[in-house]
Amino acid sequence: MKTGTLRKTPGFRLVDAVIMLIVGAVMLICLLPFLHIIAISLSSKHAVLSNLVTIFPREIDFHAYEIVFQDSRMLWSMGLTIVLTVSYTLISMVMSICAAYPLTKENLKGRSAFMMLIVFTMFFSGGLIPEYLLVKQLSLLDNLMALIVPGMISAFNLIILRTFFTSIPASLEESAYLDGSSHIGTLIRIVLPLSLPVLATLSLFYAVSRWNGFMDALFYITNADLYPIQLKLYQVVMNSMVTDLTAQEGAAQVDVVPEGIKAASIMFATTPILIVYPWLQRYFVSGVMIGAVKG
Amino acid sequence: MSRSSAQQPLLSQTVLKPRRAMGLRRDYQLYLLMILPIAYFIVFKYVPMYGAAIAFQNYSIFQGVSGSEWVGFDNFRQLFAMSQFYQVVRNTLLLNFLDLFFSFPAPIVLALLLNELRVVWFKKVAQTILYLPHFISWIIIGGLVYQMFATNGGLVNNLIVSLGLEAVPFLTEKTIWVLVYLGTGIWHSAGWGTIIYLAALTGINKELYEAAEVDGAGRMKKMWHITLPGIRSTIVVMLIMQLGHIMTIGFERPFVMGNPLVMDYAEVISTFVYKSGLQAAQFSLATAMGLFQALVGLIFVVLANTIAKRFGEQGIW
Repeated sequence: MKTGTLRKTPGFRLVDAVIMLIVGAVMLICLLPFLHIIAISLSSKHAVLSNLVTIFPREIDFHAYEIVFQDSRMLWSMGLTIVLTVSYTLISMVMSICAAYPLTKENLKGRSAFMMLIVFTMFFSGGLIPEYLLVKQLSLLDNLMALIVPGMISAFNLIILRTFFTSIPASLEESAYLDGSSHIGTLIRIVLPLSLPVLATLSLFYAVSRWNGFMDALFYITNADLYPIQLKLYQVVMNSMVTDLTAQEGAAQVDVVPEGIKAASIMFATTPILIVYPWLQRYFVSGVMIGAVKG
Repeated sequence: MSRSSAQQPLLSQTVLKPRRAMGLRRDYQLYLLMILPIAYFIVFKYVPMYGAAIAFQNYSIFQGVSGSEWVGFDNFRQLFAMSQFYQVVRNTLLLNFLDLFFSFPAPIVLALLLNELRVVWFKKVAQTILYLPHFISWIIIGGLVYQMFATNGGLVNNLIVSLGLEAVPFLTEKTIWVLVYLGTGIWHSAGWGTIIYLAALTGINKELYEAAEVDGAGRMKKMWHITLPGIRSTIVVMLIMQLGHIMTIGFERPFVMGNPLVMDYAEVISTFVYKSGLQAAQFSLATAMGLFQALVGLIFVVLANTIAKRFGEQGIW
């Protein structure tokens, strides 16, 4: 049936089949680790330990998920991360819009100075230790604000946004001014509604970076009650991994955390992204392209 | 204020006066919008640059930057005298160069392949799946890598063993670990990287292909003489950005993928700064390392951009 529709494409040839085969193989490589981890998380302990699980679950068993969902700290971290991600994304977007819009106004005095101030930060930074000391000095250590404020604006996202705003016809804005609209009014009523794809894209970028980020949490958060999900996951997945590797000599391999629980925890932390991602895909593709065209 | 009186000065300013004359009074709202972002950049980007001065100090937490004792280049001397310094810089450069060599072409090849796909639904499904790894955190990737490549019970080694071969120490043998590190990087970013090239591809004039077809060019010839030159400037810009970051290495990937057995290759600048600075509290030494990295990185960016301009490309500024 499928080959039937393919033949209708004019000039479908062997080359096309080969290309599809190659891309198909690459797709499989992208998916394989996920399939394997899902299979492990759903298989019985016995099947996992005797290495029977490949990409299909064996002896289906939800025990690992039961343990993950009974771990109140895991659920707490997840809830915390959701709140953190939403607030971070909102704040970042507002800040980015506030910075990007004035920078599109060619007549704005000091514009190029601000632009340079911003672009320079993309190539040079004070480094990790001074940033840490700053956060410490602002007494933000062990405070969730430390995961929001220091990374509020990404210069890269800001430039994408500015590029997009620039592409909106100036005549639209000018006619709004003639009708007595203020800058802020124009921004809210005209520019933002025309920028939905890029706004969706950048929101996704900010959200994903907050959701996946753990470097700052590792530096700034020591109170286990404030662990975001990735740091919590790090404890579950990585710490036991290191003991596994070093205890590899063979003798007493005490499995602190069974493979199944690791796998289930990984799926638990990945699922929200997997759910949101397909809905936003069409936005981010067009958004990135718009930002990229003028580089 | 009535509507008409509010409109009056506005009209005269936009229409009668030259646009240049717009000043503080007209644009105060724009400046208002920018106050917080500018403050952000100054506090969180420029203050740490000032804070980097502790690289030239014997920094004491209690004295702060202004009160600590200045020691000139002592921290740098101490750093350059450490054998670990050279190892860490070597690893950073090595992993980044290998990444550049292997990971840089991957999205270009993939984008060219995607561009040749003529079955629309297949192309869409492929893109969705190929972008996915980019959205997965390094912690999770670390877990996935372990599940795939562990010597006992890793999927790949299970397959190798079931074929009657000996298990490969993917994660514990240094050189093989580097390959896993590189492969993971490609897995994570190749698909996502195609976006920018696919965007560039849409900018190529379709008439060029038609003309080439009339001249009897096949698929390969069209790809070689039209498609690739068409995305050349995008490739160059991406290459400059990569070259500029040759000294900068993300923290999360080497941190998650490294383990005690491969530290000789896995310890890079960012992880070293974390361990010597935050864990061992040698703030000044670690800052000196960070500053060294930032300065060399800056030189690389400027150099790469200058070279690109020499070759008649746009560059990034």
